[in-house]
Amino acid sequence: MTQTSSDRQPSRLLRLVRQAVLGLLSLAITILGLLLVTFIIGRVVPFDPVLSIVGERATEAQMQAVRDQLGLDLPMWQQFWIYVRDAVQGDLGTSIRTSMPVAEDIARAFPATLELATLGTLFGTLVGVPAGVLAATRPGSIADQIVRIVGLMGYSMPVFWLGLIGLLVFYGQLDWVAGPGRLDPTYDMMMEFTLTSYTGMILIDSALNGAWDVFGNAISHIILPAGLLGYVSMAYISRMTRSFMMNELGQEYITTARVKGMPEWRVIWVHAMKNVMVPLITVIALSYAYLLEGSVLTETIFAWPGLGSYITDALFAADMPAVLGGTVVVGVAFVTLNMASDILYRLVDPRART
Amino acid sequence: MQLKHGFARAAALAVLMAGTAPVALFAETPADTLVVADAIDDIVSIDPGEAFEFSGVDLNNNTYDTLIELDPSKPGELVPGLAESWAVAEDGMTYTFKVKSGITFSSGNPVTAEDAAFSLRRVVKMNKTPAFILTQFGLTAENVDQMITFDGDTVTLKTDKVYAPSFVYNCLTAGVANIVDMKTVMANEVDGDLGNTWLKSNSAGTGAYVLKSFKPNEGYVLEARAGHWRGDAPIKTVFMQHIPEGATQRLLLEKGDIDVARELTPTDLEGLAGNADVKIQSDVGGQVYYLALNQKKAELANPKVQEAIRWAIDYTGMQDSILKGLWVVHQNFLPQGFLGALQENPYALDIEKAKALMAESGVTLPIDITFTVRNNQERMDIATSLQNTLGQIGINVVLDVGDGKQGLETYRGRKHEVTLQTWGPDYPDPNTNASTFADNPDNSDEAGNTGYLAWRTAWDPGALKDITRAAVQEQDTEKRKAMYEDLQRQVRDNSAFVFMFQQARQDAMRANVTGFYSGGATDSVAYWTVTK
Repeated sequence: MTQTSSDRQPSRLLRLVRQAVLGLLSLAITILGLLLVTFIIGRVVPFDPVLSIVGERATEAQMQAVRDQLGLDLPMWQQFWIYVRDAVQGDLGTSIRTSMPVAEDIARAFPATLELATLGTLFGTLVGVPAGVLAATRPGSIADQIVRIVGLMGYSMPVFWLGLIGLLVFYGQLDWVAGPGRLDPTYDMMMEFTLTSYTGMILIDSALNGAWDVFGNAISHIILPAGLLGYVSMAYISRMTRSFMMNELGQEYITTARVKGMPEWRVIWVHAMKNVMVPLITVIALSYAYLLEGSVLTETIFAWPGLGSYITDALFAADMPAVLGGTVVVGVAFVTLNMASDILYRLVDPRART
Repeated sequence: MQLKHGFARAAALAVLMAGTAPVALFAETPADTLVVADAIDDIVSIDPGEAFEFSGVDLNNNTYDTLIELDPSKPGELVPGLAESWAVAEDGMTYTFKVKSGITFSSGNPVTAEDAAFSLRRVVKMNKTPAFILTQFGLTAENVDQMITFDGDTVTLKTDKVYAPSFVYNCLTAGVANIVDMKTVMANEVDGDLGNTWLKSNSAGTGAYVLKSFKPNEGYVLEARAGHWRGDAPIKTVFMQHIPEGATQRLLLEKGDIDVARELTPTDLEGLAGNADVKIQSDVGGQVYYLALNQKKAELANPKVQEAIRWAIDYTGMQDSILKGLWVVHQNFLPQGFLGALQENPYALDIEKAKALMAESGVTLPIDITFTVRNNQERMDIATSLQNTLGQIGINVVLDVGDGKQGLETYRGRKHEVTLQTWGPDYPDPNTNASTFADNPDNSDEAGNTGYLAWRTAWDPGALKDITRAAVQEQDTEKRKAMYEDLQRQVRDNSAFVFMFQQARQDAMRANVTGFYSGGATDSVAYWTVTK
């Protein structure tokens, strides 16, 4: 035994290193490709970024001055090279719309989105997976019908409508939750002036500061938008779980387990679940990544200053530095999640380890 | 910005507003706190030398002061700001301002004539977007240190030629002429930026409030200064929250979580009617809606056709339906509130009269025209109404719908036939609109004078150019006013432009809010007058 394990040690380490290097390489290539496409789209769209900077009153001479300053007359490959060179050094340029460094803008917008998307995905998974299992184990039952209808509503009802109704009911009428925004103005001031910011995520920062009143207020603000996003991802996750689980339950090894007299909960949650987990990880990661892009409509209705509305507003304003910067962040998030789900595969599925 | 006027919003509102009962009152904001909800994502910079968007200028109006100010209740009347007196010399080119003593900046530094000179020079040297409001007096980065000087408590501004004093003074009431604290600003200078970077998230003025916090696209917090020269503001803290969605603002207002909602749609406002806890305050804004008829298209250069179009527009119909509460009929290029603004709106929908004019014009009917319009609900509604009424007089309108920037480029490139546009004044003087609608130094394509709207639509104003240029130099303010009245009538009745509407503003607020002044067409919002 000892002989074998010491034999395997170097090769395993090597494999890990190789995987890490490959992962980083694929990250770099993906981001570069993403940037290139976004960059080209930004240059071929039929409006002039200069107009956004100088305003519509400017003369041709003023416009030309800005064009020179931004290097827009340089060949496109050269402009791209300059952009990538600066981006690698952490300089994503200056936003035309806010005249602030894009990196600074994103450092504020992204944690807001991350917080919302993480809670949403958590909710979607914790409710969606059991609901899907329930539906799969009792196909055709009332429970299955309920899960299907609730899921269908999540699919088909427009998010902005659900959001407004949610606000009207839970904030407007019942007063169970706080209104739009991340915090009440007074708590927002406390957060900014008396507490230390570690992550930009209010729930985490207020907890780290031990400011539980701020934490409570933040929970009260986030619960509705996160619940809404969670509902939408729950609809997807529960449908997928149901179909994966139904597929597994028809397999022979399940029949064998049942014949052997194994308790049903063990058959489902241990044996079948192990195999359902593999595709489910992809589904959950995808739905998380989707929420990380920022849900523009949810952010608009809940006045949530996240990445989705940042990128959308930037697009409408032809603010290309901001659009590109936002794209990089979303791209990194996507690739990171992809790598994370790859690693999780290996943990749950021995076949993926080779 | 477009999103909030988009389909999603309209649809959401329609659904939401169908039968919702007024929401029960719960929270109240504290008596010395004002919470305002607005869409403030137009802010590019809050450095007074760079700010040129409504929300940024609104903010600065509360944190800075100018040497002289306009009395908002009397168009064209000046009142002292940081200057106690001002005068123009015999030569008509030397203006002096005596700075009040005893006023301090938020840093505690006293306001001096040097601060005032520094602030105005700084604008010229930085040369950001609104700098032209000052550089149009012949100021350049090279000569500004000689043209703007100070001595003791007096600042002197020299202009390159004689202008109407009211023109110079009005320009000095604009946000770009706000006075900044030289010592503080220069202490925060980075790489010779004259404090520009620092002032994007800080304030250094004499205003009733100090900027406590600023987060782009999220909001800002203002804190009242104790012992302010205007008297202590009753509202100690102002929270501005960026809430782009009108329905959300309405809900917050009904709940009492905000005091003022500034971005409500007609549907939201209608929904608030009858709610005793909320009141709605109407005012005008500075923007005007107009049509530009490209004079390169022969039919559109025909005066009879132009006049026929003026009679073939359902002004009041649109005002009372699709534009309810947002725009009012206004057929002159100067918005109400400006020196010389006209009240008269002679045109109304009269299809028979318009048809007769089309027949007189001698053009072969029907005419096909392309109508460039931005893809947003309100503009599309106006375009559809025009398509209908113009169709009845033999003008077939084909809509060319595009993104706002695309439409603007078409217009700037003189490639439109007819386009629907809005225009807002750059500074509170009639010349701001006169010089763009009624002047065009060179109508050739090569001139590329995109800054002149008359050039964009290929219209040569002829003799009106001289009136425009004379008006900006007229020394007698009453005569000057009469010149703009005459100019507006001529442009209204015989030009490539058709003026239709002026912006209306509807701010909804809790019933206990008083003294909220939204700024009208020539000024900006003031928080220091508000009480609760």
